[in-house]
Amino acid sequence: MGDYPSRSDNAFAGGTGVTGRHARSAGTGVSPSSYQEPPIGGGGALPQKARFSMESGFRGLSVAAGAMVLVIIVAIAVFLISKAIPAINADHENFLTFKTWFPNDAQPRFGILALGFGTVLTSVIALIMAVPVALGIALFLSHYAPKRLATPLGFAIDLLAAVPSVVFGLWGRDVFLEPVREFSGWLNHYFSWIPLFGGDGPFGRSILLGSIVLAIMVLPIVTSLSREVFQQTPGMNEEAALALGATKWEMIRTSVLPYGKPGVIAAVMLGLGRALGETIALALTLGAVFSISPNIIQNGGNSIAANIANAFGEANATGRGALIASGLVLFAITLVVNIAARAIIHRRREFRDSAA
Amino acid sequence: MSLLNQTDADVVMTPQNIRTKKLPVAVNLLVAVVALGIGFALTYGASIGTWVLAVVIALILYLVGIAVVAGRIEGRRAARNRMWQALIYAACVLAIIPLASVVWTLISKGASRLDANFFNTSMNNISARDPNGGAYHAIIGTLEQVGIAALLAIPLGVLGAIYLVEYGKGKFANTVRFFVDVMTGIPSIVAGLFVLSFWVLIVSPWFNDGEPRFSGFAASLALTVLMLPTIVRSTEEMLRLVPGPLREGAYALGVPQWKTITKVVLPTALPGIVTGVMLAIARAAGETAPVLLVAGGAAAINFDPFNGNQQSLSLFVYQQAGDASRYAPARAWTAALTLVAIVLILTIAAKMLARRNKLTR
Amino acid sequence: MAKRIEASNVTSYYGSFKAIDGISMTVEPKSITALIGPSGCGKSTFLRSINRMHEVLPNARIEGRLTIDDQNIYDPDVDVTAVRRMIGMVFQRPNPFPTMSIYDNAVAGLRLNGVKKKSVLDDAAESALKSANLWEEVKDRLNRPGAGLSGGQQQRLCIARTIAVEPQVVLMDEPCSALDPISTLAIEDLMFKLKDRFTIIIVTHNMQQAARVSDKTGFFSIDKTGEPGRLIEYDDTQKIFSNPVEKKTEDYITGRFG
Repeated sequence: MGDYPSRSDNAFAGGTGVTGRHARSAGTGVSPSSYQEPPIGGGGALPQKARFSMESGFRGLSVAAGAMVLVIIVAIAVFLISKAIPAINADHENFLTFKTWFPNDAQPRFGILALGFGTVLTSVIALIMAVPVALGIALFLSHYAPKRLATPLGFAIDLLAAVPSVVFGLWGRDVFLEPVREFSGWLNHYFSWIPLFGGDGPFGRSILLGSIVLAIMVLPIVTSLSREVFQQTPGMNEEAALALGATKWEMIRTSVLPYGKPGVIAAVMLGLGRALGETIALALTLGAVFSISPNIIQNGGNSIAANIANAFGEANATGRGALIASGLVLFAITLVVNIAARAIIHRRREFRDSAA
Repeated sequence: MSLLNQTDADVVMTPQNIRTKKLPVAVNLLVAVVALGIGFALTYGASIGTWVLAVVIALILYLVGIAVVAGRIEGRRAARNRMWQALIYAACVLAIIPLASVVWTLISKGASRLDANFFNTSMNNISARDPNGGAYHAIIGTLEQVGIAALLAIPLGVLGAIYLVEYGKGKFANTVRFFVDVMTGIPSIVAGLFVLSFWVLIVSPWFNDGEPRFSGFAASLALTVLMLPTIVRSTEEMLRLVPGPLREGAYALGVPQWKTITKVVLPTALPGIVTGVMLAIARAAGETAPVLLVAGGAAAINFDPFNGNQQSLSLFVYQQAGDASRYAPARAWTAALTLVAIVLILTIAAKMLARRNKLTR
Repeated sequence: MAKRIEASNVTSYYGSFKAIDGISMTVEPKSITALIGPSGCGKSTFLRSINRMHEVLPNARIEGRLTIDDQNIYDPDVDVTAVRRMIGMVFQRPNPFPTMSIYDNAVAGLRLNGVKKKSVLDDAAESALKSANLWEEVKDRLNRPGAGLSGGQQQRLCIARTIAVEPQVVLMDEPCSALDPISTLAIEDLMFKLKDRFTIIIVTHNMQQAARVSDKTGFFSIDKTGEPGRLIEYDDTQKIFSNPVEKKTEDYITGRFG
């Protein structure tokens, strides 16, 4: 106790600990660890040293792990851009407005327009089909079904949300293709005057098939998240609505849906993110045609992610760069969707937070 | 009071009479039968489609019919209530059909190659006419890739969450939190492209005489990128559930913060953290796109994740699905069944654990 | 407007558990009736049976007759929503709709009834908030979230929401138990004011409150845990608190029990 050599030793270790803390959490006030500030000249010197180095070491590790997330995000952007730029420079067409994809030629010609269009179109159609149904099921599970049915059914939906997309893609190609082909033929026969359902065939491996498969894939995800928020509706708000003489549906409309709205938006946006980035299910079901056409039943359709999976095998260096450039566009689109979702949820927060 | 009744004649705020006519079940059934009858008569009479169209027409007719009939008997509000209920039930039936079909196909088609050979052999030297061949190499690949990814992502993710909950305050922590959210939304193919451009094309040539090389480890890196945000988010949520007094109790005893975290906070939150980790692993195991880009795929067994192409189960499914051999679809379905089994076992175990978790209940 | 309520032999269950047994009482129009008794004695269950909110809970059912001006509300051809519109309810904890503004909360019931005209809604919101003694405090911030008010204000907002649809009976389930004494007084004042228009039944744990506000008081009790609650004594409030007939009532009121 009070040995000079070890004390100076300790002062050194303590010093780094203190500066480290101040550097990282300046202005945070009293952090709990300051309770262990050694009394001057008191306490056992050796244990103090060990304590301090562990504390700052552990803190350093955790800060590094947190910073790792930033590093990875930045690295993703940097490396994708660094590989994309040479390819885009080698492109003999405008990358943003050209429609087809021949990056492996001696004179590479490729553009993102048709792919981007296909990506957005399939995702939007998929969500238009999936979201109403998903909300219906979520309400059924949270408010209509008897508990004995709702619990296992909800569990099954949760499990379906975990099924890998390659399985849905395989099912879409092996099983669902025929019914969709028939249905497309029927649509074409009676509704060919609508541009969506025009064309002379062949039908089947179309945007319609791709987006229905996407819808089926997204459905369990949106259902499972929405069900959770619907179930969290405070019982006293539901009772308040019922006590005003609301019917069941009116109770849902006045208390459950408004309460769940931010959660539902988040769920839909997550579903949209999944749909936009979905690769394998679309690679297995779309016709891989580079065109922009409103027709959704003829063989055709393509998406950025599916094209990467399809074209990667034969790609040379420029081809790979071109695919990476298209991935960069996809990254940007999903980023915009994500940030938009957050903004929407944030705007609704005033009403929710004051409720807590 | 009477103010309301005067201004809106058709709005009856508080009825003097609480009795109403209820729509008899028989009428409800009658509407359904009539709707079905018209649906089928219309469809087949004009021969414009199959039974599917008939059912769809019947459903629409039923919805309209019930709205009109119930509206006359029970009133507008009750009718709307009935219509929405019918729609919600219809949504369930509509969704269950394709999902059940997926499950049924998976089991019926997947069972055909569920034999010892499938789990013992690889695709090495299996020609297009050979009905044998299996996914042994793919299972090895999936286990190794996901295992390494878990080893990388779990400590990183848990530590990152500890930073956010226990140490992080101010701008930097908010930035990290924001980017964790952003990272959750990264499509798996983009993660694959990142590892492709970073590891496969730039780093791997250093170890391989200047030639870029696919490897199972590259796939692990991509899966790590995908697992990390999920683990951070779920762990963060669990750590926040640990009651504050528990921490304060430890501080009051003079326990340093890092020890409080490792000895008190983490063990309390452990079941929840494990649940989150298992769900992340399950999701990673099913990823195909990144593996396709950076592991390369292989027909032969390769135990070494650091050297040479490796297969994975999901990639095996994709490749067999695109294979021209007539025996390929059976292999694809059986591999899909195996993959789903692995993913579901993990998911079910995670959910069981979550159900027994004291913090979340 | 206000109506007479007559319960005869009302018995409520939660699954197989009998919560109250054979309650019979008559509540006169335009009066305040207080229901008192120890915790778990079934006063709230009885209250919720009066506007059929009891059956909202899973596996809950009820036997007996409950009439409001001679119409049995448990007859099979009765519309539950009509009953609840006629018999409004204020809950133990203030429960304004968290996603709605003060204004929207006040007119929520009217909107459900299909009132869309802005002028009607404005008038109704103002008169309901005035009746609930809340207008002066919120008239400048009607578009702020209802959940941003203080607890007492929230509870008065809930009362405004309830009386905006012009019910005939107002049930209050321990409306002041989550509030401070000043807010409690504000609500008690409000009850006196509303008595001219509505039949009010209030469940309370606070005996002083029962003595202060009510015309008649019903005392509920249970023999022991697990047994159903029973109505022990029901009489004029003055009589119950000064000269009760039953020994149990006297014990409870003097604080020797419960």
